[in-house]
Amino acid sequence: MATSNSRSCLQYLLHLAQENLDFRRAEIKSLLALRGKPFHPCEDFKEKSPFLCLDGLSEEDVHSIMARSVCAKSAFELWGHGRTHSELRTSLLNYPSENMVRFMQKDSTYRINVYTFNKTLEFPDRIKKIDALEYLPFEGTVSLKNPQHIFCLLEDYGTDPNNIPEHPDYIFFGRWIADGQRELIRSHSVKNRHFIGNTSMDAGLSFIMANHAKVKENDLVFDPFVGTGSLLVACSHFGAYVCGTDIDYNTIHGKGRSSRKNQKWRGPDENIRANLRQYGKEKMYLDVMVSDASKPVWREAALFDAIITDPPYGIRESTRRTGSHKDITKPPERIYVESHVPVSQAYHLSDIFTDLLNFSAHHLVMGGRLVYWLPVYRPEYCEEMVPLHPCLRLISNCEQTLSSHTSRRLITMEKIKEPEVIPVPSSTPRKPSTAPLVVDRGPLSAVSMPVPVLYVSNDPAWSITALIPGSLLINGDREWDQPSSEDSRTLQSSYHA
Amino acid sequence: MKLLTHNMLTSHVKGVTKGYPLLIKATEVKLNEVEFNPQFVSRMIPKLEWSALIQAAEELGHRQDLPEELLPEYEKNEEFLKKVHRALLEVEVIEGCLKCPESGREFPISRGIPNMLLNEDEV
Repeated sequence: MATSNSRSCLQYLLHLAQENLDFRRAEIKSLLALRGKPFHPCEDFKEKSPFLCLDGLSEEDVHSIMARSVCAKSAFELWGHGRTHSELRTSLLNYPSENMVRFMQKDSTYRINVYTFNKTLEFPDRIKKIDALEYLPFEGTVSLKNPQHIFCLLEDYGTDPNNIPEHPDYIFFGRWIADGQRELIRSHSVKNRHFIGNTSMDAGLSFIMANHAKVKENDLVFDPFVGTGSLLVACSHFGAYVCGTDIDYNTIHGKGRSSRKNQKWRGPDENIRANLRQYGKEKMYLDVMVSDASKPVWREAALFDAIITDPPYGIRESTRRTGSHKDITKPPERIYVESHVPVSQAYHLSDIFTDLLNFSAHHLVMGGRLVYWLPVYRPEYCEEMVPLHPCLRLISNCEQTLSSHTSRRLITMEKIKEPEVIPVPSSTPRKPSTAPLVVDRGPLSAVSMPVPVLYVSNDPAWSITALIPGSLLINGDREWDQPSSEDSRTLQSSYHA
Repeated sequence: MKLLTHNMLTSHVKGVTKGYPLLIKATEVKLNEVEFNPQFVSRMIPKLEWSALIQAAEELGHRQDLPEELLPEYEKNEEFLKKVHRALLEVEVIEGCLKCPESGREFPISRGIPNMLLNEDEV
C-alpha cells in the first residue's frame, strides 16, 4: 500500500461501524456510484475489519459519502500506516511533506486523537503514543476544544474481544475529514416514531436500504408493501418524493390496534404522513393507497426512480392478496362501500417476488434500483435461490442473520433494459396450488424463481415456523423485539487528546 | 389523493382495456400548500400524461390557465412550473371516488386515501 506522490491520488481511510458488517461495502459502493465514482478498496481489505481504505477519490467524494453513510463513522486522509510504530514512522516520513505542511503551519491550531479498536488505553499511554509522533513537523498550537485540524492515530487490535493482543495488528495515521450519519440511527429511532407497526423497519437499516437504492434528491420512490412507512421516512430524508401502498386498510388509515406497549388503540393522527411531518419532510409526501401489490393499478410506464420494500413473509405480518378460494357469491348490489373488506387469500412468497421483479422491470426508470428483503433458511441457502430477471442486474446481496437457521438478505437490483412491449395479460388468477419454480410471462419478462423458500425458526419470538407453498400463513406475534441488528457490542471508542 | 398520483393510476378491473384515466368524482377537495421545487416538477413533466392532468385539474376547478398542450422549454418558465406544481402536488381530493371509465367501477377515496382493492368476485 504505497502512498502516492500526487494530491489527486490520496488515499482515504474510512472507519466503519462494527454492525451490519455485510451491508457496509455495498453502501459505500452505492454512494460512490451515485457520484459516478468507482469503488477501489486497497488490497487485503478484510470484510470484518472496521477499516476500509479507498483509492482514486477526491476529498469532495469522501464528503459526499460521509453526508449519507450510516455504516461509516469517520473518514480520514491517510498519511501513513504500518504493522508496527516503526513501520508507521517510515510510512509517514515518506509521505510528501507538501501534503502535510499546509495543515501544520505556525498560525494553525490542531489536536491529535488516539483511537484504539478492540482495546482501551489508559490516559498516560495515549499521551505516550502522541508524544511518539514528535517526528512529524507540527508547528501549530494545540487546541483541544476547537482546533482547525484534527489528526488521528488509529490502532487496530483485531476483532476478537477474548484475545486482545498487546501490540496492535495495524496502525493508521491521518487527517480527520468528516463524520458519517450514525446520528440518524438515534434521531430516527422507531422508539420515538409517531406511528409504528409490528414490523416497522429499524432506522439504521432503512437508511442503508435508501443508500443501496441510490435514492437522491427529486427522485420518486415507491414502496408496494409500505406498512407504517419506515422506508419512506428514510428516502424522504435524502430528498426523494415518496409514495406507497398496502393491502391493510387499518395500517394505511392508521386505525386499529396499536403496536405500542401500554396502548391499546392507535391515536387519531397516527399515519405515514404524520411520520414524515415528525421529521419535517411532509413536503416529500405524495400519497399512500390501500391497494394489492399483486394488481396492476399503475399505468404502464417507467414511473419510479427506486422501489424499496420489505415484503411480508408471513412471519410477523401475514401475506395476503385479494381473491378467494371459495366459490364466489356475488354481492347483491354492485355498490362499492367503503366498509367492505374484500376476502384475501394467502399470497405465496415466490409469487410475491415474481410480481415484485416483474413490476420493477416495468415501472423503474432505466438505471433505477429495486431494494428488498429476501428471507432464507440458512442451511439450504445458495446463491441460485435469489430470483433473477433479464431486465434487472443483481448489484448486491447482503445477509442479516436472524437466528442460527434463518436470515434475511437485502437484495439490490438495477434496471438494465426495458421489458419487451408485449401486452401482459392482466394478472390471470393463479391457482393457490404449489408455486411454479419458473414463472414465465413472455420471453423477456420471465423471472427465474428458485426453490420455494422454507422458513423454519426455533426462536420463540417468531410465532410462525413453516413457510411453504400452499400453506396458509398466520399473523405473527405482536410483542416482538427488534432482530439482532441492534445487539452490536459497544466498542471501545476512545477519542481523546 | 394528489393529481400526480391520479396521473399514474389506472383501472385494473378484469376485462377492462381502456381504464385510463380514471374519472374523479370529488365531494371534498382541499388545497394544501407544498414547498415549490422547480427541479422536481421539471423532472416529472416528461413522465406525465399531460391531457389527463389537464382533464383532472379542470374537473376539480383547479386548471388555472394550464394549456391543452405542454409548453416547449417549460424548464425555464417558472410561472408555468408553479402552476403545474399546484395542480400536481397542492390539489388534494379528500373525499369522493375514482371511476373506471369503461366499467364504471368506483374506487372510494376517504380521508384523502384511495382504496384500489377489488372485491373477491372481480379479480
